[in-house]
Amino acid sequence: MEKRVTFKGWLLPLCLIAPQVAISAVFFFYPAGQAIWQSLFIPDPFGLSSQFVGMGNFDFLLSDPYYRAAFRTTAIFSALVTLAAMVPALFLAVMADRLVKSAGAYRTLLIWPYAVAPAVAGVLWMFMFNTRVGVVAWYLGQLGYDWNHVLNGQEAMGLVVVASAWGRISYNFLFFFAALQAVPRSVIEAAAIDGARFWRRFFTIVLPLLSPTTFFLLVVNIVYAFFETFGVIHTITAGGPQQATTILVYKVYADGFVGQDLGSSAAQSVILLLVVGVLTVLQFKYIEKRVHY
Amino acid sequence: MSTSSGMVERHGAGLWLTHVGMIAGVLVIFFPIWLAFVASTVTQPEIVRPPMPLWPGDRLVENYTAALFSGVNVPVAVMLMNSLVMAMGIAVGKIIISLLSAFAIVYFRFPGRNLFFWLIFLTLMLPVEVRILPTYEVIAGFGMLNSYSGLIFPLIASATATFLFRQFYMTVPDELAEAARVDGARPMRFFRDILLPMSRTNIAALFVILFIYGWNQYLWPLLITTDPSMNTIVMGIKQMFPSGDDVADWPVIMATSILAMIPPVLVVISMQKLFIRGLVDSEK
Repeated sequence: MEKRVTFKGWLLPLCLIAPQVAISAVFFFYPAGQAIWQSLFIPDPFGLSSQFVGMGNFDFLLSDPYYRAAFRTTAIFSALVTLAAMVPALFLAVMADRLVKSAGAYRTLLIWPYAVAPAVAGVLWMFMFNTRVGVVAWYLGQLGYDWNHVLNGQEAMGLVVVASAWGRISYNFLFFFAALQAVPRSVIEAAAIDGARFWRRFFTIVLPLLSPTTFFLLVVNIVYAFFETFGVIHTITAGGPQQATTILVYKVYADGFVGQDLGSSAAQSVILLLVVGVLTVLQFKYIEKRVHY
Repeated sequence: MSTSSGMVERHGAGLWLTHVGMIAGVLVIFFPIWLAFVASTVTQPEIVRPPMPLWPGDRLVENYTAALFSGVNVPVAVMLMNSLVMAMGIAVGKIIISLLSAFAIVYFRFPGRNLFFWLIFLTLMLPVEVRILPTYEVIAGFGMLNSYSGLIFPLIASATATFLFRQFYMTVPDELAEAARVDGARPMRFFRDILLPMSRTNIAALFVILFIYGWNQYLWPLLITTDPSMNTIVMGIKQMFPSGDDVADWPVIMATSILAMIPPVLVVISMQKLFIRGLVDSEK
């Protein structure tokens, strides 16, 4: 796609594009290049010199049980967050779609959590489940369940998943709701006349029509779970207990900033870069598909 | 459920059940915010002796005053100010540089155009979380730790906004540029008098998205603001928890959490239509 009518000159456009190119170069390409470069070296303990190790950092990472555990944790975490964020959203959107008149009011109420930062969401959920003062933890205790996400890895995982998915429910709801509104009424009514009940209509007609939106949200939510949930993990569990909630992005931070292991952190950045690349390609595949609709 | 008057079940018990389900959903989703609000209106002893009340107390003014003007490490008013500068800087900065670069890419043919286009395109792919360490070194090298420019600049380097404006410019009829050219208008005049006014809605929609993006940043401010007076509110909340076994000042911390969500929530609610449009546009 190109414009037919353009202006003459080359100095002006270069000046116009210069700020963005300059900022991208300094804060994006240079650091990304540095990450790739550093991933090939191991600095000595005093930071005075570094030794070229080629793929050594990557070899080490891929055989490191802690890193592999972080990969597994990330996979489980993203799958659970995506599920926990999409299923309730779809359910709410289906209900809102039936309530034509009041759908707008419900929508206004439901978009709140989207504006709440993941780190703040983390603090809110940590407060509810706090082992000493948390209301939910206390009532669970009354029911005979001894909640302790500080010691129990599975409970910690459950808590960071719910806290991460919470704000995303709003986001997914907006997309599902918009998609549902676009389903032609005539199709639904025809099925209703044929005697198909609500849930049957939902599974045989509505859900297939929603599949482009569902696929899009799937990718976007996975990207979110991978890269934007640092705030939740850092505020609730700090990766613990025993690294049960250390996802890849958290490990880059923990190894690079807390552990000062520059080579390994850089190599982890490069691996994440590849993951982002794959997810971006997936996203564009989706956009291409949409164009053909 | 399906009565004779409504083939698609919009009447009767089904409708009421749907309302009940919807209200239950809204209540569950709202509960964490409600609880934080309640905690910000009661006393510390009421919280540390569980279960805490589920209905607001009478300490709202005291707790919020304590948070805003004393805080824990630094008054929350200062953190709010820092967040505001950061969010505005990111939103306005991104919008300005992308309006200009998209104009250059769409309306000019110049050497290196394709190269620049792809360079910008590549920045779509890499969130700041992935390149934190080297970016931190760049900022430290420039002496920009604990500064607004250090908070803002690395987060402006992304291409989403440029793409959005590029898409929009492509839909602007060629006749407008043609007429401007015949009239002898300079390119910047065309940009200012025609393109910019036409982009108003897109700019506003994007502003909502970018403001929230900037306001809600956590990792980046955590790394580069070691001086409490430069903390942003979203990252500053965690810093208010004492290390070790001391008891956290829950009412003040929860008041701060509420204060941290008010600006983005207000922006989202008041500009709901624009926000939804911006969201759907920027993601597709």
